Amino acid sequence: MVEHRPYLKLLAHLVLILGVVIVAFPVYVAFIASTHKTTDFITGVMPVLPGSDFLATYKTVLFSGLAAAGAPPIGMMLGNSLIMALAISLGKIVISILSAYAIVYFRFPFRQLAFWIIFVTLMLPVEVRIVPTFKVVADLGMLNSYAGLSIPLIASATATFLFRQFFLTVPDELLESARVDGAGPLKFFKDILLPLSRTNIAALFVILFIYGWNQYLWPLIVTTDSEHYTIVMGIKRMSDVTDAEPQWNLVMAVAILAMLPPVLVVIFMQRLFVKGLVETEK
Amino acid sequence: MAAIDIKGVGKTYVGNVNAVSDISIAIADGEFIVLVGPSGCGKSTLLRMVAGLETITDGTVSIGNRVVNQIEPAERDIAMVFQNYALYPHMSVYDNLAYGLRNRGTPKAEIDARVAEAARMLELQPYLERKPRALSGGQRQRVAMGRAIVRKPAAFLFDEPLSNLDAKLRVSMRGEIKQLQKRLGTTSIYVTHDQLEAMTLADRLVVLNGGRIEQIGAPLEVYHRPASTFVASFIGSPAMNLVKTSVASGAVSIGDGETGLRANLPNGPVTLGLRAEDLRLSESGSGMPFEIVFIEDLGAQRLLHGNCGGQSVVVAVSPDLPLPGDIRLTIATDRLHFFAAETGKRIEAASI
Repeated sequence: MVEHRPYLKLLAHLVLILGVVIVAFPVYVAFIASTHKTTDFITGVMPVLPGSDFLATYKTVLFSGLAAAGAPPIGMMLGNSLIMALAISLGKIVISILSAYAIVYFRFPFRQLAFWIIFVTLMLPVEVRIVPTFKVVADLGMLNSYAGLSIPLIASATATFLFRQFFLTVPDELLESARVDGAGPLKFFKDILLPLSRTNIAALFVILFIYGWNQYLWPLIVTTDSEHYTIVMGIKRMSDVTDAEPQWNLVMAVAILAMLPPVLVVIFMQRLFVKGLVETEK
Repeated sequence: MAAIDIKGVGKTYVGNVNAVSDISIAIADGEFIVLVGPSGCGKSTLLRMVAGLETITDGTVSIGNRVVNQIEPAERDIAMVFQNYALYPHMSVYDNLAYGLRNRGTPKAEIDARVAEAARMLELQPYLERKPRALSGGQRQRVAMGRAIVRKPAAFLFDEPLSNLDAKLRVSMRGEIKQLQKRLGTTSIYVTHDQLEAMTLADRLVVLNGGRIEQIGAPLEVYHRPASTFVASFIGSPAMNLVKTSVASGAVSIGDGETGLRANLPNGPVTLGLRAEDLRLSESGSGMPFEIVFIEDLGAQRLLHGNCGGQSVVVAVSPDLPLPGDIRLTIATDRLHFFAAETGKRIEAASI
C-alpha cells in the first residue's frame, strides 16, 4: 500500500491480529489441555489457563506410553513419521526433478503426451485411487513396511510441473554454453541445473515434508502393526478408546508434539523457502 | 587455429522452412569474418551450425580439414561467446573460466595458469572470486570472452556479443575484441546486425539476406562496390540513397528532371545508388533541385533529408556550410552505383 493513513494501518493490524487469533487459538487450547489432568475435562468446561501437569503429561507421552489406550510411547511413531515424510519428500524431489529434466531437455517421441499424462494425475489424489493402490501394495507384500508407507505417495505431478516451469526459465544459452564447454547431459544436470534449482528444491522440500508428515488416511490403511504406526494416526487412535474417557491431556500433548517437526522445518528453511518461491534471478 | 570451410551449407527446418540455403565461405586461418544482416537473415543459424548447436541439413562444415557435421560441439575445438553471456550464475568467475577445461581433464596447474593468463589479458584478476551477478555488463562480457580464450580453441564464434551493452561500452569492447583477436590470431566468426560493428571488426564481411549470401568482401570493398541494392542500403550510415531513374539514349533522368549524368546502359528503368557524402550542394546554381524536409545535426556532419525529383534523398554536408534558399545538387560522377531495376543486382561498368 502506498498510503499511510493511521486508521487504515490500525484496520490492517486488527485484521491481521484477528487472523492470527483464529489460527492460533485451537493450538493454544491444545497446549493448555495438555497441561491439565484428565479429570479436569470431565466437568465439560475447558480451562483457558495453563495447568500444573505439563511435565507429567509430556513425560508419559514420550517415555511410558499409555498402555490402557493401546498406544506405544510416541517416540517410535515420531520416528516412523519422520522416515515416511523424508522418504516421500526426498523421493518426490528426486523423481520429479529427473522427469522434469527429461521432459524439458530431451526430444523423444510422445514427450508432450508424457507430460500431459503426468499432469493429469494431478486430478487423482491419493483418496481417489486408494483402493487400487492398496490392492497393488498388498499384492506386492508391502503392507506394514516403510516402503508401503512411502512409495505409493512418491510420484508427484505437482513437483514435476514446478520443476518443469523452473527449467523453462533457464536460458537455453546456458545449456549450449555447457555443451560447448564439454558437459554432457548428466554433467550439465549435476553441475548447472541442480545448483540453480537449489532454492526451488528447498521450497519444495518444505511443502512436501509437511505433506508427507500429515498423511493420515494412507498410513491408517496400510499399517496394522504398531511398529509402523505414524504419529498422525496415533493421535486418532489415542482418542478412540472404547468404554473409557479419552485421555484428552495426553491426546493434546501428542498433537502438540506432532506439530513440532513441520514447524521446525518451516522455521529453519524459511529463508530458502521464500527465496525459492519468489526468486527470479537467473 | 585452423581454417574453416563452409561448403554449400543449408538449413531446412521441419515443415520445409528454409532458414539458410547454399552458403559457401572459405575462411582462412586467423581471419576475422563478420556475418552481418537484418534479423531473421539466418546469420545466427549459420553460426550455430558451425558451432554444432544446430544440425546441418545440407552441405558440409570443416574446421581444420576435418568435416564436423556429425561432431558434438565440445569436440569441434571451438569456443562460443553468447549475446546474453550465458555465464553459470552459481559459479565464481574463476570456476566459470575453468569449467570447460575441467571437463576436458586439463591438469589443475595448467588450468590455474591459463585462467591467470586470460584474467590478466582481460583485466579480470580482482574479480576472480566474484559471482557473475556481482559484475557489471562489461565485466560479464569479459568473463564470457575469457571463457573462450582459456580454451585456446581453433576458432572463436561470437553471437552478437555486444548487443546487451550500452553504446559507449560497445565501442570500447569492440576495440578490445579486435585487438585480442589480432594478438591471438585465432580464426573468428562474428555475428552482428550492426553494420558499424561489422565494418570496424571484419577482415572480410559476409552480408546475408533471407538465408543467402548477398556479398562477401573486405569492408571497404563492400562499402564502395555493393553487389546489390540490399547491401547498398544495409552497409554504411546514413544508408545509400537509392533513386529510381530512367535511361534514355544514355542520359539518366530522375522523374522529369535531367541529371546531366550519362550511363552506358540500354533504355529503361535503372536504380541509381548515391552515397549521402557523394552528393554536393551546387555552388553554380545548376544541378538537380533539392527541397529540404528536415535536418539532422550529428556534430561532425549535417544530414539533409529532402526530396529530389519526387524521391527522398539524404545529403551529408559540413555543418559549417551555409544553406542557400534554393538548393541544387551536384553528383560526384565517379561514385555512381547502378543496380538493375528488377533484380537489384549491381551493373558493372555502367558509368561513363
